[in-house]
Amino acid sequence: MKKEMIAMLLAGGQGSRLGVLTSQVAKPAVAFGGKYRIIDFPLSNCINSGVDTVGVLTQYQPLRLNTHIGIGIPWDLDRNYGGVTILSPYEKKENTDWYTGTANAIYQNINYIDSFNPEYVLILGGDHIYKMDYNMMLDFHKANNADITMAAKPVPIEEASRFGVLVTDETGKITDFEEKPEHPRSNLASMGIYIFRWKVLREALIANENISGCDFGMHVIPYCHQRGDRVFCYEFNGYWKDVGTLGSYWESNMELIDLVPVFNLYEDYWKIYTKSNTLPPQYIASNAYVERCIIGEGTEVYGVAKNSVIGAEVTIEEGAEVYDSIIMEGVVVKAGAKLYKAIVAENTVIGENAQLGVGEYAESTYNKKVYAFDLVTVAENSVIPPNVSIGKNTAISGVTTAEDYPDGTLPSGGAIVKVGESE
Amino acid sequence: MKAVGIILAGGNHKRMRELSQTRAIAALPVAGTYRSVDFALSNMTNSGINRVAVVTQYNAKSLNAHLNSSKWWNFGRKQGGLYVFNPILTADNNSWFRGTADSICQNIDFLKESHEPYVVIASGDCIYKLDYDQVLQYHIDRRADITIVCKNMGEMTGLERFGLVSTDGENRVMELEEKPVEAKSNIVSCGIYIIRRRLLIELLEQAASEERYDFVKDILVRYRRQKKIYAYLLDSYWSNISSIEAYFNTNMDFLRKDIRDYFFKEGEPIFSKVDDLPPAKFNYGSQVKNSLIATGSIINGHVENSVIFKEGFIGNNCIIRNSIILNDVYIRDNSVIENCIVESHSTIEDGSVFKGEEGNPRIVIEKNERYNYK
Repeated sequence: MKKEMIAMLLAGGQGSRLGVLTSQVAKPAVAFGGKYRIIDFPLSNCINSGVDTVGVLTQYQPLRLNTHIGIGIPWDLDRNYGGVTILSPYEKKENTDWYTGTANAIYQNINYIDSFNPEYVLILGGDHIYKMDYNMMLDFHKANNADITMAAKPVPIEEASRFGVLVTDETGKITDFEEKPEHPRSNLASMGIYIFRWKVLREALIANENISGCDFGMHVIPYCHQRGDRVFCYEFNGYWKDVGTLGSYWESNMELIDLVPVFNLYEDYWKIYTKSNTLPPQYIASNAYVERCIIGEGTEVYGVAKNSVIGAEVTIEEGAEVYDSIIMEGVVVKAGAKLYKAIVAENTVIGENAQLGVGEYAESTYNKKVYAFDLVTVAENSVIPPNVSIGKNTAISGVTTAEDYPDGTLPSGGAIVKVGESE
Repeated sequence: MKAVGIILAGGNHKRMRELSQTRAIAALPVAGTYRSVDFALSNMTNSGINRVAVVTQYNAKSLNAHLNSSKWWNFGRKQGGLYVFNPILTADNNSWFRGTADSICQNIDFLKESHEPYVVIASGDCIYKLDYDQVLQYHIDRRADITIVCKNMGEMTGLERFGLVSTDGENRVMELEEKPVEAKSNIVSCGIYIIRRRLLIELLEQAASEERYDFVKDILVRYRRQKKIYAYLLDSYWSNISSIEAYFNTNMDFLRKDIRDYFFKEGEPIFSKVDDLPPAKFNYGSQVKNSLIATGSIINGHVENSVIFKEGFIGNNCIIRNSIILNDVYIRDNSVIENCIVESHSTIEDGSVFKGEEGNPRIVIEKNERYNYK
């Protein structure tokens, strides 16, 4: 048996710029949009595009990812032949190694790909929110008789220097690459989505097998380009959002609550699938006030929720107020607590009358690069004691008690990290 | 558990008015995101019953669609499974099911091919949680031939729509009347029975040979003295939804925290088919009080003391009060709906007003064009 195209989904990265959110889970497993996880988007794109064989490469903190994917039932990827397979690094007779880079991870799974004898291999990342028909990209690839097709999205030229930029000729053929250039010659940002002819990729991976940290953008694609392979750029103009920083993660969640969101989850066409265990409806109590929110299954709101994305099985008790926040599954916001611009991860408990996100903004004293978006970030399974006051641009991870808050406060820019120290 | 399960989901009733015109009662949506039959199915799987047959007849389309995969209830294993029996025509059989006993009897091979010593029979139109294993233990302890799960309805009136049971001091059933003219007892049969598999086969074949087809009338009532029939008294929530009033009230019961906690948070879960819908969305101007809003819904207007089922759309300036809005209903701007049950897939025009009376909900079925509007 043979598959025309199979997908390899790179889901091994930590995503350290999401701070305490990824101290215990891999970035693709981070919750998004009230009931989804980031990896649901590429997985749903696969099945909606007719790609029914997906290898998911995991490495960093894979437990949540593994339980989420299981045998692929939510995405109809439980197949007799093909389907979803979790590929983690494994021990070998010699050269046992972690996945040292994106291309190295694929290299270590050549046998998996060979077993399907595919014509084409689709390389995907697990850190973007978008809906895309990979089949159209494949048609483009075939029409150009390409060896490699890279998907790219036009971005405002002044932002292009944050991305890998593709320089093309008038036929869409790529003539040059620039990695985060100071003066970009093009506004086509590489989306990290590639289609390879498997024969071409296989050769390139073996030729570069000794490069440690072998990476698609840095090694494999330049190598192929140099030896004269036909590399094309597939321009994608739909919604595509990198959720790699706390700021962009918060922003793209907030976009979902617009009256008609740019990225619309309510269309029947191109559904996004996810594993959901919770079935009961959402309850909004007599004294509650809910406006401009999306709310997941089984959540009960007795207090106020405004401009927020709220996951499943959350309880917002009477007198509690939640504004401009992302609240993930199983969180309890106790009576009288107030949250402003907070991201609260799974199963955290916010104590009575605690205040999050108050006072004046201050630069982070913990990690300036990660915490720079005026958000209170609380990791999963954390506890915030009653009556404390927590400033802006802060981070909390683990079970904290009143002793952790001198004078009952955590000043703006501060952090209390008791679990999953990752810096 | 040493039993197979049979769920009788064939029924419809004119008490349900227009709601069961297009579907079996067992397929009626309940509590925002479930269907009635989910409760019996979940109780079966939670009691460790692996082999379950759902017997349907009347307008089974939405029921069959709901049961199109058994994985949601954890059936579909190599040992056991979920079977759906619709009436079939063969050379020597050209009839519909002529009654509950007949519906099982026409599928008697299911019983003959099973190895489990007992059978649990339940109906698909009741909302409750029950570990059938406890009932079976009671059945065995009493050395009963048949055990009927019953509930004391206390002061409740209108019991004439149920089967009523009178017992002696030992809970042995002395009298059993199906839908009597006048209620002489306040103990109702919940339509849940435990019986030895071989005895059931024997009784069914005997009834069939006498051209008797109803399980209650022709078997339970006739054998009430001859066989040892015991009542197992249920002391937890149980509601039969097969009248409009009961259906309305049962849904409204889920606005109570104790009921929601009992069904959704305590003990074993209730399973249902998963629909892959996005979260519920509350837009600017929405005001929701004491209501259940199911997933996939979009709310722009006011909703009070109501249950909005999956994929509901409530337009701007709408007022929805004391109402049940079933699946996939689209209500355009400026509409007022009070004391109503709005049928699934309805589309309600701009500025419509529908009002029922308290205690007598109005059923609204509006099949207007939803798309290409204006």
